[in-house]
Amino acid sequence: MLFQDLGYPWYLATLMAFFVYAGTAQFMIVGLLAAGVGLTEIAISTFLINSRHIFYGLSMLNSYGDWGLRKVYLAFGLTDETYSLVTTINPKDATKKEQQYFLITALNHSYWVISCTIGAVIGSSFSINTQGMEFTLTALFVVLVIEQWKKIKKLLPFMIAIFSSIIALYLFSEQMLLGSIALSVTLLIVNNLLRNRHE
Amino acid sequence: MNNTEYILMVILVMTMATFATRIMPFLFFHGRSNHSTMNYIAKYTPPMIMSILVVYVLKDVNFSNDIGLYTVLSVVVTITIHIWKGNPLVSIFTGTFLYMFLVQM
Repeated sequence: MLFQDLGYPWYLATLMAFFVYAGTAQFMIVGLLAAGVGLTEIAISTFLINSRHIFYGLSMLNSYGDWGLRKVYLAFGLTDETYSLVTTINPKDATKKEQQYFLITALNHSYWVISCTIGAVIGSSFSINTQGMEFTLTALFVVLVIEQWKKIKKLLPFMIAIFSSIIALYLFSEQMLLGSIALSVTLLIVNNLLRNRHE
Repeated sequence: MNNTEYILMVILVMTMATFATRIMPFLFFHGRSNHSTMNYIAKYTPPMIMSILVVYVLKDVNFSNDIGLYTVLSVVVTITIHIWKGNPLVSIFTGTFLYMFLVQM
């Protein structure tokens, strides 16, 4: 919808949703394009904004097996939402695991492409009152924290996360997401080292 | 370069930059996946990241006005319904519906 304000045809939003497939970056690009920023800056900002996905990939190394091209697609589609879902489900049957991961990734991807297209097409023609719809994301993450708690039943990761986010909010307000993820993973590794030393 | 060509270039550049962040771990850590530190990280990263994402989506909410109150209310309702029913879709839809109703009132 935002994309329409810059006066580009709707199918460019579809193309972007299909290939780039990253909400925050697609949001950001509207501002960067309006400001007339160059390609190099766009590349660097996109990479930085999405660098949290490196950590998502690291934690999925064991779950995503050697599935060739499919794995490349799974890696391509490892967004915030996909990551949340694939780490919450717990496939018992190993052969079905690949299928389930693939299905989740593909469904998320198609929802994204479809909704970006719809958003772009109806963007200028008429307006629905979607005010407040962004709360879906908040509710989704809140629900997933509860699901993670049911699975782990240990306070430690939640404590580290809250501590890191508060520190990151003060230190790097704009890059808070990347900052807090990097900080919390570091703390986790330090904690693991200390734990091993005690044993 | 005309405008459409430029946008196509932008899309190409963004696609490569995004894909790079997602494929890198699979390329560089291939075969090292049974390392104990890796297993530890893999186990505890999801709950950490979910919690951080909650803080992230709430960080720009101003808790001293009505929106803040509506947010707190909707989050509490989402949590309560989720603990009670345990169905993610029901919890998310109820919470969002309540929030949309409150802000549009």
